Amino acid sequence: MKTFTYRTADDVSGGLEPGATFLAGGTNLVDLMKLGVATPDVLVDVTRLGLDQIGDLPGGGLRIGAGVRNSDLAADHRVRRDYPVLSQALLAGASGQLRNMATTAGNLLQRTRCRYFMDATMPCNKHAPGSGCPAREGDHRNLAILGASPSCVATHPSDMAVALAALDAEVRISGPAGERTVPVTELHRLPGDAPERDTVLEHGELITAVDLPPLDLAARSAYRKVRDRASYAFAVGSVAAALQVTDGTVRDVRLAFGAVAHKPWRAHRAEEALRGRPATRESFRAAADAELAAAEPLRDNAFKVTLIRNLVGSVLEGLS
Amino acid sequence: MDLVVNGTEHSVELDPRTTLLDALRDHLGLTGAKKGCDHGQCGACTVLLDGRRVNSCLILTVTLSESEITTIEGVDHPVQEKFLEHDGFQCGYCTPGQICSAVGMLDEAAKGWPSAVGDPELTDAEIRERMSGNLCRCGAYPNMVPAIREAAGR
Ligand SMILES: Cc1cc2nc3c(=O)[nH]c(=O)nc-3n(C[C@H](O)[C@H](O)[C@H](O)COP(=O)(O)OP(=O)(O)OC[C@H]3O[C@@H](n4cnc5c(N)ncnc54)[C@H](O)[C@@H]3O)c2cc1C
Ligand code: SF4
Ligand code: FES
Ligand code: FES
Repeated sequence: MKTFTYRTADDVSGGLEPGATFLAGGTNLVDLMKLGVATPDVLVDVTRLGLDQIGDLPGGGLRIGAGVRNSDLAADHRVRRDYPVLSQALLAGASGQLRNMATTAGNLLQRTRCRYFMDATMPCNKHAPGSGCPAREGDHRNLAILGASPSCVATHPSDMAVALAALDAEVRISGPAGERTVPVTELHRLPGDAPERDTVLEHGELITAVDLPPLDLAARSAYRKVRDRASYAFAVGSVAAALQVTDGTVRDVRLAFGAVAHKPWRAHRAEEALRGRPATRESFRAAADAELAAAEPLRDNAFKVTLIRNLVGSVLEGLS
Repeated sequence: MDLVVNGTEHSVELDPRTTLLDALRDHLGLTGAKKGCDHGQCGACTVLLDGRRVNSCLILTVTLSESEITTIEGVDHPVQEKFLEHDGFQCGYCTPGQICSAVGMLDEAAKGWPSAVGDPELTDAEIRERMSGNLCRCGAYPNMVPAIREAAGR
């Protein structure tokens, strides 16, 4: 590991010297530092900023502090009651030990598990811009089927982020240029020709909280994840959904897919295709197809298209 | 810096890169916590930090100024007897991590924390899911499950 200096952040206004990085639970950053993929000069610890509260928003909804540990968020009774999809997504991720350290902001900003990205000796446009993308011809079984680019086909690995994307969550940010709020669906970028940038955050911008707006249909919501073993493994594909059905007709729906793109994939096309339609297996499949029509699978990951289609069907049937 | 481990305060001088696991093993001589993968993937390094189970291989020791750490050397819990009774191990390499993890897990379950399985009781399926952050290369899982179940009073 490259050497660095360590300090705690003074306040929640953000800002970082060149070469500095925020440190939260460390479960991703320390790992990447050991691998030589992350090489910060300065670590600025944000876990003492008091951003570890979950509060009620005045008009309904919840404000989740950036530093709330994943295990505390998953156990919160308001989250379990009003946004079960979020609790389920968190519990589907990592392990009990890791969730005790991992934070809301750190989870959102965790980096791809693409094996070439995590190997500092390999070329990779994400860790060494311009060096190429070995995954496109190499091991890409778990990489993107939607929104990828010639320069990068990585997926975002977070489960939590998929639930937040379905729930219309907003990310509160403070930095040198002041405060701003970004929908979680616009926090992560598509790779385009700058895959080294995962998100729209500028250097020194600190995430302070994630706001969950009130959303009645979220009380009937669920997360389903497929992986290569029963537990303690990243998703091969996942679906977060919330559904409201009256008299057999879909009144409203939220859908997002995980492990299919460089960002948690909010399935707006599928949602549009479903509103006002009968709540049947055929409509669910047709809605999934409407979204997946844009899929451009690689040699070894076409199975994900079928996987997501089937997941959408089974999750929505379970909710209807 | 000062570290409180198993109720005893220690003063250590550390490079900021030192993980808690390396501080325990190489600087304090507490070799109970094991280094399996060093990347959060196996659970052999599990210790209790302010009572919560964590992977000590991913924690930088400099971040821990006011925390109390409990390692397997400081654990005194019924689950230890139960592991002996049920032969919950073969080579024993994963065992300190399994025990620390079980202690933390039983506390989480007692607080009513949910798991991905979603059973209201601490069934065997719940125990397996909640303990999935601890791998055992010897595959001693079938004997650990009843040990943990009985330690939970079931
Ligand atoms: C073995 C293993 C298995 C895992 N399995 C899963 C899984 O199945 N599903 C899943 O979703 N995740 C999984 N994870 C990933 C885990 O969820 C993340 O490592 C964790 O959520 C990161 O949170 P952290 O607080 O530890 O972040 P850190 O490692 O501290 O930070 C991550 C990034 O976020 C930045 N950051 C942190 N806080 C802020 C802030 N407030 N403002 C701005 N930037 C900030 C840091 O600078 C860094 O770039 C797994 C990890 C491991 C090691
Ligand atoms: S997919 Fe992206 S992260 Fe993976 S090797 Fe290609 S450029 Fe790097
Ligand atoms: S050594 Fe820490 S999880 Fe494997
Ligand atoms: S007893 Fe040998 S690794 Fe678990």
